Amino acid sequence: MGIISRGFRGRPRDDHGRLPPGQYQVHDFPVLSAGPTPRIEQDRWEFAIDTEAGQTHRWSWQELMALPQESPTADIHCVTKWSKFDTTWQGVSLDVLFEDVETAAEYALVHSYGGYTTNLPLEDLLDGKAWICHRFDGEELEPQHGGPARLVVPHLYFWKSAKWVRGIRLLNEDWPGFWESAGYHNYGDPWREQRYEGD
Amino acid sequence: MIRWRRARLTAAREESPTARTLVFEVPDWPGHLAGQHVDVRLTAPDGYTAQRSYSLATPEGVELTVEGLPDGEVSSYLVDELTVGDEIELRGPVGGWFVWRPAVTTPVLLVAGGSGIVPLMAMIRARRLAGGDTPFHLVYSLREPARRYYAAELDAPDPWLTITWVHTRLAPHRRITKDDLPGPGPDVFVCGPTGFVEAAADLLLDVGHDSARIRTERFGG
Ligand SMILES: Cc1cc2nc3c(=O)[nH]c(=O)nc-3n(C[C@H](O)[C@H](O)[C@H](O)COP(=O)(O)OP(=O)(O)OC[C@H]3O[C@@H](n4cnc5c(N)ncnc54)[C@H](O)[C@@H]3O)c2cc1C
Repeated sequence: MGIISRGFRGRPRDDHGRLPPGQYQVHDFPVLSAGPTPRIEQDRWEFAIDTEAGQTHRWSWQELMALPQESPTADIHCVTKWSKFDTTWQGVSLDVLFEDVETAAEYALVHSYGGYTTNLPLEDLLDGKAWICHRFDGEELEPQHGGPARLVVPHLYFWKSAKWVRGIRLLNEDWPGFWESAGYHNYGDPWREQRYEGD
Repeated sequence: MIRWRRARLTAAREESPTARTLVFEVPDWPGHLAGQHVDVRLTAPDGYTAQRSYSLATPEGVELTVEGLPDGEVSSYLVDELTVGDEIELRGPVGGWFVWRPAVTTPVLLVAGGSGIVPLMAMIRARRLAGGDTPFHLVYSLREPARRYYAAELDAPDPWLTITWVHTRLAPHRRITKDDLPGPGPDVFVCGPTGFVEAAADLLLDVGHDSARIRTERFGG
């Protein structure tokens, strides 16, 4: 335990074990991004998965909308310390998008309109753990929160849930993304408080 | 692992009616770049802890400026309660993206909303230490003049520093506009509450700045 801060009591807490270490609960929806919000037109939007063998699978906006939709509810945890409980999304499970993708790769590098990237093991995207989402809280996803569509991987710190997502490259070797190259943790499990490199 | 360090408060000064600058002594501090931040951790007697991020206000030493938010769990403690001689814990430096490096001599545009001035002031101070002739332009948006931080330094700016003040409380519903922002060319750093950063970054794109050269830091709120 750390040194006690004289006179600090903190807020009454009632999170029932849902807050990972070092997090606090918010009720609004703060924003974290490294630059301006990119401007993306829906009719020119596309999403692609590139395999390590050089095959590309593409979806237009209409094609994405035509796929089976899911409505996950999840607690999300931002590395800047806020957590938000019971967020509701709508989108397509990556299990659906990966149905016809043949790959033996272990790593994924997610990339976005605007140039953002983030990396994670492929297995963290599969088995009901990740979605490409285009609606939040019953509304179309706002650009500042990643619209038209963002990745949502709620079990990792939220920077892994790339906004303005454009595609996924499958790789045999792990390749660090944007924050992962700027001192943040490579994996980012909030329950193990993996905020920064070496945590 | 960036380890937690003990930090002893050695001096504190009022920066505005609601903000305080805190100077800490941190043994073996590894040094940092202008723009980086630290994580502060407070611990209650029952073991409960709270963590928040605060930008480093100077390029050397560990100095933070904290805006006390009404009912803010950590900020109100740091502004109203912490006394010289007290110890807290912090770790850092953190953040390798929102930084200004003295070796880069491209002109710089800094856009601050309220307490977002803190990491930008570290850049101004680092620029002063570096010498040379890189021009800096600061656009500082805040409610009213009395709320400005670092008044002594910003009221008499260095010759390489241009300042545009935007006072949002003085004119009715005055917000930052395109006319407050110089055109493309410089590297841009924008910092402040989320709403401010979103609005300012959007206006910067409107006046022709290249999004790849705009770096933002959002404080929340
Ligand atoms: C990278 C980074 C650097 C930061 N640097 C600084 C800094 O140099 N100086 C500084 O004062 N703060 C800074 N902040 C903000 C700081 O981390 C805290 O969020 C802030 O002090 C509020 O914490 P709190 O515990 O007092 O308030 P909380 O108890 O967490 O929140 C109280 C209420 O205030 C709202 N709120 C939270 N943050 C803000 C805000 N920034 N403006 C308005 N309302 C808010 C919350 O939504 C909540 O309703 C930084 C944040 C980040 C992510």
